[in-house]
Amino acid sequence: MKKHWRLSPSVLVMLGALALVGAACGGDDAPATGSGEGGALRVAIVAPSASDDLAFSQSMVDAVNAIERDVELSVTDGTFIVEDAAAAIRGYAEDGNDVVIAHGTQFGASLIEIAPDFPDVTFVWGTASDTQGLANVFAYAPAADEGGYVNGSIAAALTKTGVIGVVGPIEAGDAVAYINGFEAGALAGGASEVNITYTGSFGDVALAAEAAEAHLANDVDVLTGTAQMVVGAVGVAADAGVPWFGTQANQTSLAPSLVVASQVYHWEVVLEEMLTLRDSGVLGGQAFEVDLANGGLVIEFNDAYELPAGVRDAADAMIKGITDGTVSTG
Amino acid sequence: MGDFFTLSVLVATAASAIRLATPYLLASLGETVGQRSGVLNLGVDGVMLLSAFFSYWTVLETGNLWLAVLAGLVVGLVMGLLYGVITVFLNATQGISGIGIFIFGLGLSDLLFRQLVGTPKPVRRLPNLDIPLLSEIPHLGEALFQRNLLTYLAFLMVPVTALLLTRTTFGLNIRSVGENPQAADSLGVSVERTRFVAILIGNSMAGLAGAALVLQLGIFQPNLTQGLGFIAVALVYFGAWRPIGVMGGALLYGLVNATVLQWKALGIIPVSGSDLANMAPAVLTILALIVVARRVHAPSALTKPFTRH
Repeated sequence: MKKHWRLSPSVLVMLGALALVGAACGGDDAPATGSGEGGALRVAIVAPSASDDLAFSQSMVDAVNAIERDVELSVTDGTFIVEDAAAAIRGYAEDGNDVVIAHGTQFGASLIEIAPDFPDVTFVWGTASDTQGLANVFAYAPAADEGGYVNGSIAAALTKTGVIGVVGPIEAGDAVAYINGFEAGALAGGASEVNITYTGSFGDVALAAEAAEAHLANDVDVLTGTAQMVVGAVGVAADAGVPWFGTQANQTSLAPSLVVASQVYHWEVVLEEMLTLRDSGVLGGQAFEVDLANGGLVIEFNDAYELPAGVRDAADAMIKGITDGTVSTG
Repeated sequence: MGDFFTLSVLVATAASAIRLATPYLLASLGETVGQRSGVLNLGVDGVMLLSAFFSYWTVLETGNLWLAVLAGLVVGLVMGLLYGVITVFLNATQGISGIGIFIFGLGLSDLLFRQLVGTPKPVRRLPNLDIPLLSEIPHLGEALFQRNLLTYLAFLMVPVTALLLTRTTFGLNIRSVGENPQAADSLGVSVERTRFVAILIGNSMAGLAGAALVLQLGIFQPNLTQGLGFIAVALVYFGAWRPIGVMGGALLYGLVNATVLQWKALGIIPVSGSDLANMAPAVLTILALIVVARRVHAPSALTKPFTRH
């Protein structure tokens, strides 16, 4: 059974005020014990955007919900400001959570300060490829280029103009990995051009929508994008009747007849490994990657979108090729 | 660069600029009215967020776009009542109370979205209305006269606001309480009432701006505006407190953003230069503000609470 607690920035402000009052009143500094109701594993997620953003943050919430354990889950989302995230991470550790997930590359510097103060707490940090030498930090990252490559190759099979558009946020993290993989897959699949726009924002929905419009004005007839602001771009694609490829979470609900496929992050694959290690006394110090081979990345097709004959089979063969190493995404 | 100067791309860029400019224009025109009366409202972004949410929620629940526009307007009006009471009747410091309104709008819209909606769900977008004859003008018609109703309304409000401020008694009262409230008061003009009504107008337009934004996009997310309301306040300074200047600023801001996006799509701006290009609209605004600040003066009583001596 999973219990859910969710904290939004608005509530955080009020709790912050209460915390100040609490601090003024004094109290015992000893950390709470680490098990939840009925011995449930206490897990907390600190995420930069909304926990139901159909993208990055939701992928982690869905993953923890998929863990086959008794988990008491707390979430603080919408923490674009790193200082807010740091306060939430420390707060959850002080509160006696067993595992605190800092879901954002930008939270790494905060963990260097916080993690050593709580040696009994496991911190899980991503997307990141190393643990910064911290013994109680596990790192995770997606091989987002793999799903990007598959999506790109399918997109190449669908385009009639040969021009494919990409809407990205900032050239960093898994966004750049996905986009580079997508570009490579599309070009290898026969697309003549892949036009990439980084809007410079993870949250500006209007700018993402206009970036998609700009692509459509330049002969683009297939679109993809990554990060939580792409919901605006999906709307533009839907209005124009242009196929869309998603990543991070399944985005079919945004355009049920036009989302072809989504690369979905199943972090639970590596979370389970981390928890098993924790059970054996290893609280961190290792980095993990989700990919197509370990099932941490899954290409979820939208059955409502009818692919031309042979495209689905070719995509499945490509997934198999990437999995067994016979296809390179580079 | 040659690809950019094709007619279809130029038309698409102009259309994009107008779409981007619409929420700025509505919010900035409203803020112009407020500032000309001496009231600065830094809470525009919060008002837009709340209005955007309620517009979105209304169309999500009812499917009625016009009811959604009305919802945005009403929320703006209600927020105006709140801000008016705080700043005009309670004489609170405008800057701080405006920030309070922003935080309130940001937090409440976020909270309501999570409680009432959760995962983003697409809704109908405002349809484009073709203006007879004008929409058929080659290229120009597509860019200018095939837009949605709120875009037409935004541009129509430019002369309406200008006429209100310069050709009506109420407009004269607004300007007088914004320049010299003591003198206006001595001549029998109710400073409180004039400012209060100006705030209601300003916030209602901010509400419409929020509705325009969300109904153009067809989706809502927490912090949808991404600081758009603060840019709208800056555009009032950019436009030197004149509706036509504000329109110029909104269009320029939209055009720079649209051009940058087109150049990125065309590869004129390489991916490596993307971050630098993103700063262009902000840099332009700062430069324009520096120029404007040297040439024009803000309403003399701007941000100053009125107390009768």
